Amino acid sequence: MTAIVEITDVHKTYRTGSITFEALRGITLSVAEGEYVAITGPSGSGKSTLMNILGCLDIPTEGSYLLGGEDVSTMSEKDLALVRNRRIGFVFQQFNLLASMTAQRNVELPLMYAGAPASDRHTLAREALERVGLGERTHHKPGELSGGQQQRACIARALVTNPDIILADEPTGNLDSVSTHEVLRLLHELHDQGRTIVLITHEHEVALEAQRQVQIYDGQLTEGLHV
Amino acid sequence: MTFLETVRTAFSAVMSRKMRSALTMLGILIGIASVMLTVGLGQGAQESITSQINKLGSNLIIVNSGANSSLTVSNAGGAANNRTRFTTPLTLNDAAALADKDTCPDILHVAPVSTTTTTAYNGTSSGSTSVVGTTPDWADVTARTVTSGRFFTNVESSAGSLVAVIGQTTADTLFGSGTYVVGRTMTLSGQSFTVIGVLNTVGTTLSGNGDETIVIPAGTYAQRFATTTNMNTVSTILMEAKDKDSLSAAIQEATNTMYVMHNVTPAAPDFTVSSQQALVETVGSLATILTALLSGIAAISLLVGGIGVMNIMLVSVTERIREIGLRKALGARPRIIMLQFLVEASMLGLMGGALGVALGIVAGQILSKAISYPVIISFAATSLALAVSLVIGIVAGVYPAWRAAKLAPIDALRNE
Repeated sequence: MTAIVEITDVHKTYRTGSITFEALRGITLSVAEGEYVAITGPSGSGKSTLMNILGCLDIPTEGSYLLGGEDVSTMSEKDLALVRNRRIGFVFQQFNLLASMTAQRNVELPLMYAGAPASDRHTLAREALERVGLGERTHHKPGELSGGQQQRACIARALVTNPDIILADEPTGNLDSVSTHEVLRLLHELHDQGRTIVLITHEHEVALEAQRQVQIYDGQLTEGLHV
Repeated sequence: MTFLETVRTAFSAVMSRKMRSALTMLGILIGIASVMLTVGLGQGAQESITSQINKLGSNLIIVNSGANSSLTVSNAGGAANNRTRFTTPLTLNDAAALADKDTCPDILHVAPVSTTTTTAYNGTSSGSTSVVGTTPDWADVTARTVTSGRFFTNVESSAGSLVAVIGQTTADTLFGSGTYVVGRTMTLSGQSFTVIGVLNTVGTTLSGNGDETIVIPAGTYAQRFATTTNMNTVSTILMEAKDKDSLSAAIQEATNTMYVMHNVTPAAPDFTVSSQQALVETVGSLATILTALLSGIAAISLLVGGIGVMNIMLVSVTERIREIGLRKALGARPRIIMLQFLVEASMLGLMGGALGVALGIVAGQILSKAISYPVIISFAATSLALAVSLVIGIVAGVYPAWRAAKLAPIDALRNE
């Protein structure tokens, strides 16, 4: 299987005045197409930094990152925006749905930035919402949806552009156990349909849902799940 | 993302914070409305001045006796030393010379005018009016017409006939309104005059109420009303230049003729040639300056309004850091974010401006009724006001939009 994500010896150093902090210290990670990987780690381990680099929200200080064969480690913000739009679907802990828009419009948002015509947007967004079981609620605003439904709308938004990789950052962190189960089952189904998923979590039970687990600690990765 | 979609996004952002947007727009609204009102009042003033010119007769030139410089000068000694220049009065001969087409080709009509104020009687009805002694050319020079009856002729003028053409107000006062007055008689200075015509209504002009007047032949005036021994003396000579372009040439010809007639030098004239148009233009330019000044003051409130827009946009960017971060994560390029906030700011400006224009128009209507003075709000002023409010919005939005565009997506998303 071809590797979608290929991170080689990535370092990330933050400098605040004279203080330097090495958040990532030589990370090497490869995620194959169709794989479901969970990244776990305690807070302060560099988990968020890795997630930002994986999501092309930030670039590494050192090392290379090939996403779908494209080197994204030295790209400008303008080009990164395009990569995020085409290749990555984000699922956030806080959902990050825009409160003033309906679920439908929220899901259309990435298509809008991709420049898709309105009719295509409507169809694709509708299909994505139906896929996550929100076909009846397309015209509800986030405030009118439950936490689980909001997270499913968020997954629909991540799916709608048909990205190379779905990046889920603590997707169950704000959900009750029923909704957590719902969302995890949905991710599982998506994986079964061949989606590549990277899940970031600090909960072991959630991490065990994935096919493969890696752990980050003090800015370095180890394979497997260490309790 | 098309521009239309950006506009829609901005519109929904403006609408989702109604109270705040309304208050922000208020600053622009007040500024635009006050500028529009000020300019409207100024344009109204210009317009009414222009109509005053038309009432006076177009291209009117006036010759008065006495030089402008013959004013009282007090000396340092304290004793009043009135250095009054001896002035030769204007005469009918001067008028005849000015009417000479060879020396004054640009002067179309000449009307010597003598005026006084007296009381006219019709039985028990009486009215104080101005009495004008002149020639038939007067009607042409002052652009007056008769609505009933006729004007007197040159023959009547030189013969000193006891005929009069009267203004509408005078006619109403003496004979009652709605009465046909042509052929009726009235008493002026102990003499019975026959009314042969009624003048058109002009209302108040710069030279007084044009409807409260009695116009009689110059010869008659000289015999009955002249105060000096020389019956040829007139108080003013009115002239009409051929057209607007020949006005200054006509003034020059009149001045030269008067030098010769009165045998004086340009250094020590004993008469004054002026044109009403020049006076009116001076008044008009004063009105323009005043309008500009007041608009400038009103424009300061626009500046304050613009600062308000900028302030609220900065607050908005700070508040919506997460939204900006999300949009960036979903693939919005910095340019798109910049454009979104710019459009939002210019929308605040433009909407405030449009409401300001509406308020300006309504307030202009009410004001012009209240002070019975025209307030003219032109299409050009309206478009300019809208353009200005748009520009204010854009300028006020540049910095906040740039800040939003520059935000790093991770910083924006981290904010929790």
